[in-house]
Amino acid sequence: MGVAVGLSGFAFGVTSAGAGLDLLQTCALSLLVFTGASQFALVGALAAGGNPFTAAAGAFFLGTRNAFYGLRLSQLLALPRSVRPFAAHWVIDETAAVALAQPGRRAARIGFTVTGLTLYVLWNLTTLLGVLGAEAIGDTEAWGLDAAGPAVFLALLAPMLRGTTERAVAAIAVVLGLGFLPVLPAGVPVLAAALAAPLVLWFRGRGAGHAQEDGTGRREEKGTDR
Amino acid sequence: MTVWIAIGLTVAGCYLLKLAGLLVPAGTLERPLVQRLSALLPVALLAALTAQQTFSTDSALVLDARGAGIAAAALALVLRAPLLVVVAAAVAVTAGVRALGG
Repeated sequence: MGVAVGLSGFAFGVTSAGAGLDLLQTCALSLLVFTGASQFALVGALAAGGNPFTAAAGAFFLGTRNAFYGLRLSQLLALPRSVRPFAAHWVIDETAAVALAQPGRRAARIGFTVTGLTLYVLWNLTTLLGVLGAEAIGDTEAWGLDAAGPAVFLALLAPMLRGTTERAVAAIAVVLGLGFLPVLPAGVPVLAAALAAPLVLWFRGRGAGHAQEDGTGRREEKGTDR
Repeated sequence: MTVWIAIGLTVAGCYLLKLAGLLVPAGTLERPLVQRLSALLPVALLAALTAQQTFSTDSALVLDARGAGIAAAALALVLRAPLLVVVAAAVAVTAGVRALGG
């Protein structure tokens, strides 16, 4: 896991430098945001010429899953209130995965802390190396490094595509994202693509009045059946 | 300056999301609709971002070496390769196709 995060950090540094951010800006992102997909999304949107608000909005929506990790970790770790604002910074995919896999509270706390600390140091070091590396090798595109960002996104996406709902959302999002690209200002097409999520939920809610699967909340959003 | 505004907004937004999960009483975010939506939002965003960063330059749709690189990454994912291999495959194939003049 460390190697994978290290490589992503390096890729982020390179991508960010390629997007025109300077060393300080790139390192500030890794130090203060510390959630990879959001960082990639932000520099991608800025590289495409997006305004700061739409660029940040995409990054924000990608970070929503962290709120749900926090919700589960909150009960599991039962941290004192004073520690929570500091622990919050480390609530990411990897720390949540490790902590939730532990058998008890003590092991979960250790797992969370060790993973958080290790990845935080590694992520920031490799980001720095990535920026310096990008400056050293010059043309990042000749080395194919502009493909690293989308490859990381794809790798994050792949395990999520288990059900038909997820696949439908992804397919519609691709169509919306590419379809709106030539006509809407930079950064906005991604936000338009985010609409695929409520859209698919709404259609499923309509199509399956009897459906149970895992959603009862669907029923409240529509007034009448059929 | 624009970049710093975007960085500031992202830093604040992403941190508040993480903190919200730890501080908000359980139940507030437990509504099935909210959970379902928050699970699907990243799917939509990641799919759109992957497609855009593979098939566009500025606001024009293009098909270039990146397409081959991402196809290689997808193949690696299907073969259950680790992230390291997936990203390396994308980078290597993209660079290779460019070197061949693609």
